[in-house]
Amino acid sequence: MTTALVKGPPAVEVRRVTSTLRAVDVIRLLGCAGASIGFTAWLFVYALPLEGAIGFIVIAYLLFMILFGLLTAFDENGPTVRDRMVSVVVHSLGFLMLLALFSVVFYTVGRGLAPLGYLNFFTKDMSNAGPLDPLSRGGVLHAVAGTLIMITISLAISVPLGIMTAVFLSEFPGRYAQFVRTIVEAMTALPSIVAGLFIYATIIVFLGFNRSGFAASLAITVMMLPIIIRSADVVLRLVPGNLKEAARALGASTWRTVWTVTLPTARSGLTTAVILGTARGIGETSPVLLTAGATTFLNLNPFSGPMTSLPLTTFTFVKSPELTMIARGFGTAAVLMVLVVLLFALARAIGGRGPGQLSSAQQRARTRQSRDDDYRYRARELGVPLSVARKRVARATHAIAKPAAVVSGALAAAPLAADATATEATAFMKWVRHFATEISSTIRFAITERRRPRAKPAATPRYRRGSADAAEPDNTSEDPGS
Amino acid sequence: MPTEPKTHTRVLEAELGTASDELATEVVAVVADFPRTLSAATDRPDIAFKWVARGSGTIVVSVMSLVGIFLLVQGFRAFHVAGPSFITEQSWDPNSGKFGIAAVLTGTVLVALTAIAFAFPLAIGTALYISEYSPLKIKNVLVTIVDLMAAVPSVVYGLWGVFFLSSNILPVSQWIATYLGWIPIFAVSGFDPNDPLATPTVFAASTFIAGIVVALMVAPIASSIMREVFTQAPIGEREGALALGATRWGMIRSVVLPFGRGGIIGGTMLGLGRALGETIAVYLIISPVFVIQPHILEKGANTISALIALRYNEASSFEISALMAAGLTLFLATLVVNFVASTIIARSRSGSQSD
Repeated sequence: MTTALVKGPPAVEVRRVTSTLRAVDVIRLLGCAGASIGFTAWLFVYALPLEGAIGFIVIAYLLFMILFGLLTAFDENGPTVRDRMVSVVVHSLGFLMLLALFSVVFYTVGRGLAPLGYLNFFTKDMSNAGPLDPLSRGGVLHAVAGTLIMITISLAISVPLGIMTAVFLSEFPGRYAQFVRTIVEAMTALPSIVAGLFIYATIIVFLGFNRSGFAASLAITVMMLPIIIRSADVVLRLVPGNLKEAARALGASTWRTVWTVTLPTARSGLTTAVILGTARGIGETSPVLLTAGATTFLNLNPFSGPMTSLPLTTFTFVKSPELTMIARGFGTAAVLMVLVVLLFALARAIGGRGPGQLSSAQQRARTRQSRDDDYRYRARELGVPLSVARKRVARATHAIAKPAAVVSGALAAAPLAADATATEATAFMKWVRHFATEISSTIRFAITERRRPRAKPAATPRYRRGSADAAEPDNTSEDPGS
Repeated sequence: MPTEPKTHTRVLEAELGTASDELATEVVAVVADFPRTLSAATDRPDIAFKWVARGSGTIVVSVMSLVGIFLLVQGFRAFHVAGPSFITEQSWDPNSGKFGIAAVLTGTVLVALTAIAFAFPLAIGTALYISEYSPLKIKNVLVTIVDLMAAVPSVVYGLWGVFFLSSNILPVSQWIATYLGWIPIFAVSGFDPNDPLATPTVFAASTFIAGIVVALMVAPIASSIMREVFTQAPIGEREGALALGATRWGMIRSVVLPFGRGGIIGGTMLGLGRALGETIAVYLIISPVFVIQPHILEKGANTISALIALRYNEASSFEISALMAAGLTLFLATLVVNFVASTIIARSRSGSQSD
């Protein structure tokens, strides 16, 4: 038997299908869908006194589940039947959620398109337009301006304060920091209307100021601060400890470490935290409702006179029974949503990666910076201007990159040193030779390692540390610059 | 031995004025093991930086405590006047001293529970779909969509609820009231299913509709927390379950769901906290009533936040206090829910890894 198998012609190997979806599954699904729809239609038309699209869908879905379970049970065992049924339920729940979310967005944007077609919607305020005026009069410029002013003031307060607090929480851990963190966590639970009520009661009722854009900004700030602090704190804690330790080991003080290592590393995450907080702040209606006082005029002064924002204007528009006002309300909501989506897209573009993970552009920038540093060190070593060093290194590297032309490259590089002094030329040649040796040994190392993956690595790499070390002190001692 | 311990020995000998050489060496060994007092050499900018950081933390804490204290002080003024009837009274007329949160608190809880009843299956289904079932190509798109929906302003959901859902959901409400009306919570007073002329307007502006809208608002938040936890379920355990012959659902049930239990509960509770505090969407939909309305399908509902938005305007100083007391109750409820949620997330297996 076995010998026959070995000696026989090699069996043709068929590539196995690894897909988890089989034809019979698809056929079963389609069949059940058709059967359930047909059965429900029969029920609706002939059998039962039922009506309504939603009822049809619900009954069809239930029938589908029953039929699908039965049909699967004919061929498969219990666990498989349960798996298939759960799979259908999970898919339909996900689909239902997406459908509902799309319905929210497209219904709002769809009904908001009518006023968006008029240019005056973006350039005029509502001071000259009454509820009965057509859409060609009036606009929401006052709301756009109000939203931008309020969010700018809120950000001006909450970004420095929030990030500084987050730095405090992550860099100075202790009992007090833990206390601050607990309070901040508690405050994320503060309902936005209560934040508005607080500002209303203190600034407007207690201190006697009028409702203004500034009061609304304060209310938004009270609401946004905990959100920003909490997400910034999470991002800052993700900064790798070895980066900070490296900075401290190099002698940096705490604040230099934070300023040059922690914050730049976490920059994208911090930006995301701020932008997501901004999106929340822009969309809040209730704090603004209590503190800004609705207006139909364009008011650019946040400290006097009532102001309005996009969500608040939406709210006041749709409370009106007039159809044009409701259309304006939908238009304003669409503008607001576009603003939020833009902010969100910005947050995704900037953030979306952890600290220390670089995009390809950032990676290139880092490489460039590192190479420039190298040029600078070489220039200092050789005592020549930066541009000269750059030119030499570039040419030499280019020549040495081809292992066959190592020697010729070094020779070719030599005349370039003519403008320098003789000692510099020698030093430069020494460095070129050292560099060439390193490159060629690296290449040889790579080749041999690839050929024999399990070879003893000690035999192959030939770094001439001795000659390199000998060259370096020569450079410094003969350096005319120092 | 090297010279250093010897000098130490000599010093110690001089200090102790006693002991043989061996004993002293032992003492040195003990002395050398004492931990050094570590003091970071701080310079002036560092100290300034520390105090600036500490200061901003203090500012934040004082602002936040100010909110809390102000709410407490103002609220207690109202509590003092209303007495224990603050919990039991249904009407809201602070100027006559007859006010309480029985109606609005019940309404708030009912709206939030309705919302969670819809949001929980939606959120867990979406989270499972995205983390376990969706094709790799559209996974990131779905994640972005769900996260984006969490950032859509609540007023947009309110618009959708008022103008789209309210009219389309009435047949469903009517159907539930007709066939499930024998369950007390689905009963609708003044609705006779046998009356062919029965108008569906008794179902408008109900807790049910407000709950669905709030559910759509909180489901993305809960869903993204759950998804994050599900995707962290260890790959080794997943593969182990599959290698033992589990179906996909078997693997989910035995690995993903137990691993993500903390995230499921925590995410749902965070959603609940958000649902409790939601104002504008609810305010737009409901028609406010000041009686306890246990029938979720029937017209008329109220929540604490809608009450504040409704009554803050032209309120006297005492009415503001009363609203503050109501706001304080809402804040405390949200606070408890959020703290329980974050504790559950942090205590769970997934939470301890993810921080």
